[in-house]
Amino acid sequence: MTGVNDDVPAGGRELLRVEGVTKSFPGVRALDGVDLTLRAGEVHVLLGENGAGKSTLIKMLAGAHRPDEGRIVVDGAEVTVRSAQDAERLGIATIHQEFNLVPGLTVAENLFLGRQPRTALGLVDRRAMRARAAELLARVRLGVSPAAPVAGLGIAQLQMVEIAKALSLDARVLIMDEPTAVLTSEEVATLFGIVRELRASGVGVVFITHHLEEIAALGDRVTVLRDGRSVAEVPATTPEDDLIRLMVGRDIAEQYPRRPPEEPGAPRLRVRGLGRGGGRGERPVFTDIGFEVRAGEVVGLAGLVGAGRTEVARALFGVDRYDTGTVEVDGRELARGDVRAAMRAGLGLVPEDRKSQGLLLDASLRDNLTLARLDRDTRGGLVDRRAQRRAAAEVAERLKVRMSGLEQSARTLSGGNQQKIVIGKWLLAGARLLILDEPTRGVDVGAKVEIYQLVNELTAAGCAVLMISSDLPEVLGMSDRVLVMAQGRLVGELAGEAATQDAVMELAVRSAGGVENGNESAMEGSDVG
Amino acid sequence: MSAEVLRAPGSTPGQWFARAVLRNGPLGGLIALVVVMAVLSRDFLNGQNLLNVGVQASVTAILAFGVTFVIVSAGIDLSVGSVAALSATVVAWSATKEGLPVWVAVLLGLAVGAVAGLLSGALVAYGRLPAFIATLAMLSVARGLALVVSGGSPIAFPSSVGRLGDTLGGWLPVPVLVMIAMGLVAALVLARTYTGRAMFAIGGNEEAARLSGIDVKRRKLVIYALSGLFAAVAGIVLAARLTSAQPQAAVGYELDAIAAVVIGGASLSGGSGKASGTLIGALILAVLRNGLNLLSVSAFWQQVATGLVIALAVLLDTLRRRSAR
Repeated sequence: MTGVNDDVPAGGRELLRVEGVTKSFPGVRALDGVDLTLRAGEVHVLLGENGAGKSTLIKMLAGAHRPDEGRIVVDGAEVTVRSAQDAERLGIATIHQEFNLVPGLTVAENLFLGRQPRTALGLVDRRAMRARAAELLARVRLGVSPAAPVAGLGIAQLQMVEIAKALSLDARVLIMDEPTAVLTSEEVATLFGIVRELRASGVGVVFITHHLEEIAALGDRVTVLRDGRSVAEVPATTPEDDLIRLMVGRDIAEQYPRRPPEEPGAPRLRVRGLGRGGGRGERPVFTDIGFEVRAGEVVGLAGLVGAGRTEVARALFGVDRYDTGTVEVDGRELARGDVRAAMRAGLGLVPEDRKSQGLLLDASLRDNLTLARLDRDTRGGLVDRRAQRRAAAEVAERLKVRMSGLEQSARTLSGGNQQKIVIGKWLLAGARLLILDEPTRGVDVGAKVEIYQLVNELTAAGCAVLMISSDLPEVLGMSDRVLVMAQGRLVGELAGEAATQDAVMELAVRSAGGVENGNESAMEGSDVG
Repeated sequence: MSAEVLRAPGSTPGQWFARAVLRNGPLGGLIALVVVMAVLSRDFLNGQNLLNVGVQASVTAILAFGVTFVIVSAGIDLSVGSVAALSATVVAWSATKEGLPVWVAVLLGLAVGAVAGLLSGALVAYGRLPAFIATLAMLSVARGLALVVSGGSPIAFPSSVGRLGDTLGGWLPVPVLVMIAMGLVAALVLARTYTGRAMFAIGGNEEAARLSGIDVKRRKLVIYALSGLFAAVAGIVLAARLTSAQPQAAVGYELDAIAAVVIGGASLSGGSGKASGTLIGALILAVLRNGLNLLSVSAFWQQVATGLVIALAVLLDTLRRRSAR
């Protein structure tokens, strides 16, 4: 722990070494001989599909799992990381995808949770805590008060608080698990600035990302994990195609395999004048939304985070209320606020957050897959478990879900396979009009393409798809038409040649920028592009 | 995670054993406890005494089956002891004092239990009260009503229903039969009915259940009503054994019921639980009390021992689950 830092970027002293680490869970070998070295003053990118073992590896370094075999070496000495405290003592700080913040406490209290500065009497020294918190917040350029409750912060701000917390620990090894997944490009730029400062001061950073373009921008070296093994260590300048090949173990034929239908069918979904007022003194959640989705068509819904896309989707599906307008499915008006009526009309919603809204994480895959058709499988008061099993097995096979069996719990699947389960649930429910909200968020490249192919199959069979996505290449690549929302309004529709990233962003941003609200979170993304 | 990594689970004997223990954890505990008691007391392991254990377990088990439904759906029901007493009191009062036909009295008692549960469920589902508070209120209301209806003193139980406390053929106690029957019903409800599957879905992830078309609010009404109904049956069995309905009966039984459910392996955070586990939990509590009685351990120390066993059982279960992760 006393070693002097030579401050050599990218070639510094070795801080951390993982050697031949293996970890098995019931039914799954999550890690199978992983090696990783981290030097002082480098950003080491950990790359791999979901399920490749990245999360298990970093949980191990954070003290949440222990290796079955292999060694973890810190500063040349073998260590055992049994707990978060052990990790902290070794100077390893981890920023997980799921934040470890207490919503009811203030930012300052969260930053110093369990290590609050004390006064001579042993009471919490609030003034010192606020002052130190303010310094940390300034370092991450987060303009919120240390006294602000965490519950009121947006997701990007929460991320920055987590980073500030890691900074306060004076960590020498900082592990960041997909920190950019929820950030706008401006916030990403800020984050990169902070990471570069840390690197210059000799911190070793393990950086996990699914955005390949970030690798060359920020990274020094890349370790690629595949199926629980470390398959390569390459410089960050390696071309993206090569990285994908290493990650997937094969070439990805075509990233967006969408072929628009020759001619779209009858309108399946017709929305007119949909509106929902905001809370007291707030702008409406959405106003005067009108559009159609035809059978066989994929309609994209693009816009900045906070533009109201998810809110519209939830209102259509009957989860949330709307105040004005009508929703028609196959020509028949849908009752408001009634999920079951929407389902009977053939709607299905794949929600944006599959863990908190889509899955029963600890239930079996069979139970998850058959959840939305429970009524239908109930005959004479009893659920036909055999029919459920058969149906679940069929759809799991069709979607190529990688699992040990239908009794496996959903929690233990990778992100892409979890998403297939959520989609499979709606296939089994007989949905003919699917609303996909961020269908590939946190889904690896291979599973993404499988999901796209599935969308193609469904539309070819006459289904209609409304796809909300913040991933512009995806929404452009997969949609036949793109609707753009900004500030709760539909601001444009683009199709064919006119549908370019620039055109979408111009609509999303120009309309958003024209509104007086200065501190809208949606504004922060105004130069996404 | 490739197909090759995902070989069939439990491929080594160790993993197989770990799973077997995890699956049969509470049963293992029961067997161990029975062995210990048999060694310590010569009177424990004879047929008559074992039937006694069954009788002692019956009321707790029936209450606990109902509570299992609630706990699986990530709720809690503190009112079952009071509701049991209220239902029994209503049966006795309407039959003995008001002279209603016995079968009407029994139906009335069952209905009172179900309605009490329904009201708790309505407070939880539509009033958005925490289940703890809603059923705590019902605990007090039902106990109070039992005292009001009975005027505070025991009422003789109609003798025809009182046979529920007797034995069949002179040896087989009816409460044990009722316990087994209710256990089978509970198992069927949990595994095979819409409401049962909805319990697991709601307990596992209420938002996901709602977004998948489960009518969460209505299901909660049914879940708490079932718990009340099971409490009513338990109350009638208890009164039959005591040959009178006592408004102060079954005080604190809700805690035994919850303990039985949890010892049986259900998680208080919802989404898991089994009728068989709950039965084993109730049997563990009964074996413990019976055995300690045979060993002439004082009632005060019995309470201490019961508490320790509850803590130990859940601790072991937690450790088992963690090691299986």
